[in-house]
Amino acid sequence: MGFKSYCFKKSLWLFHFGGASCNNCDIEILDCLTPRYDLERFGMLLVGSIRHADVLLVNGSINKKDKPRLLEIYEQAPKPVLVVAIGACGCTGGIFAEGYTFAGPVDNIIPVDAYIPGCPPKPEAILAGIVKLLGKN
Amino acid sequence: MSKQTLIPIGPYHPLQEEPELFKLYCDGEIVKDVKWETGYNHRGIEKLAEQKSYDEVFFLVERICGICSTSHPFAFATSVEEIVGVEITNRAKYIRTIIGELERIHSHLLWVGLAGHFLGYNTLFMWAWKYREPVLDLFEMIAGNRNNYAMFKVGGVRRDIENQKIPAIEKVLSLVKKKTDLLVGAVMDDPVFHARTKGVGVLTRQDILDFAAVGPTARASGVDIDVRRDDPYAAYPLVNWKVITAKAGDVFAKAEVRLLEMYESVFIIEQCLSGLKKEKEGDVEVKIKHIPEGFGTGHTEAPRGEVFHFVLSDGSNSPARHKIRAPSYTNIATFKKSCVGQSISDATISLAAVDPCYCCTERLAVAIDRQSGNRIMNAKEIISHSASITNKLLQHE
Amino acid sequence: MVLNELKKTFAKEILDSEARSKRRVTLRIDPAALVPISVHLFRELGFRFIIASALHTKKGFEIYYHYSYDGTGLILNLHVILDQKKPEIESLSNMFESTNWIEREMHELFGINFLNHPNLDQLLSEGNWATGEYPYRKRFKSNEEVQT
Ligand code: SF4
Repeated sequence: MGFKSYCFKKSLWLFHFGGASCNNCDIEILDCLTPRYDLERFGMLLVGSIRHADVLLVNGSINKKDKPRLLEIYEQAPKPVLVVAIGACGCTGGIFAEGYTFAGPVDNIIPVDAYIPGCPPKPEAILAGIVKLLGKN
Repeated sequence: MSKQTLIPIGPYHPLQEEPELFKLYCDGEIVKDVKWETGYNHRGIEKLAEQKSYDEVFFLVERICGICSTSHPFAFATSVEEIVGVEITNRAKYIRTIIGELERIHSHLLWVGLAGHFLGYNTLFMWAWKYREPVLDLFEMIAGNRNNYAMFKVGGVRRDIENQKIPAIEKVLSLVKKKTDLLVGAVMDDPVFHARTKGVGVLTRQDILDFAAVGPTARASGVDIDVRRDDPYAAYPLVNWKVITAKAGDVFAKAEVRLLEMYESVFIIEQCLSGLKKEKEGDVEVKIKHIPEGFGTGHTEAPRGEVFHFVLSDGSNSPARHKIRAPSYTNIATFKKSCVGQSISDATISLAAVDPCYCCTERLAVAIDRQSGNRIMNAKEIISHSASITNKLLQHE
Repeated sequence: MVLNELKKTFAKEILDSEARSKRRVTLRIDPAALVPISVHLFRELGFRFIIASALHTKKGFEIYYHYSYDGTGLILNLHVILDQKKPEIESLSNMFESTNWIEREMHELFGINFLNHPNLDQLLSEGNWATGEYPYRKRFKSNEEVQT
């Protein structure tokens, strides 16, 4: 067992960064916490500060104003940290990629460990993505 | 200015899913001034719309905001149809109305849940979101996606709601009605909810008129406006329902208006479903070959209030100018009135009470109030203080 | 009807009027008369300001001010055409709170100047994409190049 997998062995805490999104992905992430999907049964918890988190969930296209903030948040994260890009916007920029404020999909800015496509991805898909990511490490 | 403490909330914080930054200027516990900073969500949609064809614009405007992903296509369709001057079929009208009202139900449920969450009433949060799921399942059945339904097109709708699906919809509706009773009980009979929301974040009738606020925010202050009744579109003239208003203008009144509106929505959908049974299946669109020059204005009532679209056509197959006004755009400005003078602990619920939707608002940049003119903190500092859960205090001046 | 009365009161200032239907009326007005007409609409007649849409066309910069007369569903568009080179118009924000943001937005994206606006500068918190550049302006072949 390497150091990284040791770090992610137990309950993961998530921090959610919503970029310039349409808000559906954000809501589906929140939906994961509610009774039907109940993320917390896996020991996962949405936390209020990146300093407490193991996983950074990024959704939405990143605009020019978000970019420095995303970098800053990534720097503040205790390492090792897993980054998950959620939604078509997070993976590629989606429908907003041609906009004049677009600053690049998430993986142009910070390293990404997993992509969960969909517009928006269903909560099941988000859960499955995170579980797969855990299996990888 | 006396000595004031600046309390930043945001931009990335667990309170609301979307990024936004509130700066509360407090004197002791009392909020003296509130400023709102944004742009974190700006995507330049109006410009993007000019590069897309009329058919594609629907997919774009749907993604302005995920929660009201029908109201924007709705308004866009109305304005383009106004340019062309066509009347859509009755079946399409009913389907549009059904989708719009289902959306109102799930959006209001979402708000009730979040309001509970902000007050620390997490049972309400979990309940409301739990019973929102069946509505989303309905959307999945009708449109194939839980959100962003892609149902609308110029001249009608993309998919029919087949008659065999109607019983399933009716079943969910009766569930929603029952669960709304539960939520109404959980809100109206809860002494803590009363204590936390009555007299909090009051907006008077005059405030509403000054800020031109719309939707439930306005109706809770006794301003009786509702586009569905005032300028009927789609199937609203064909069904019976009433506009819910309240007098008090506080957070409680807003919750009341939203909860009672859900009953009306259920009622409207039931009538539409029985209307649907009378119409011929599959008759859902009028073919439109050409969109002439001219402009159209369309407005529809979204869950949060009036959505307004202005479309200018130059005869080509994409809009020459597309202006979008989402309801939160005017509603958010009322924060200035509703938060000031309250204690800091009530600020969150006052902010949440208008059901702000930043994504809608920021499809265009919204400017920031900086009357004082002095730079309070730079971007780095803002981020390092963004952990609002700890609400670190920052000494100001 | 309200509209006839309005036309009578501002007979000189209203240059043109077009009614697509009973509920959609457009009045082209003299830009100088915007403030008195708006104040009249808002204070006397009880219209609600919806939004203003700016556009850039060959004629210059055009702004549609959309008003709604609630209860009847009437949407009234006040149309002004501004100069191509130096677009300027009196701000409404001293009278109404509701026009504050949209005017700043138009200032930012089109470079239209609003005279006497309480706070026009510092439009974006960070001018990283719109400083000295107006993304919504267009270039027209026949016209001499528009200063961007
Ligand atoms: S991926 Fe789709 S649902 Fe998610 S933020 Fe982007 S547009 Fe919205």
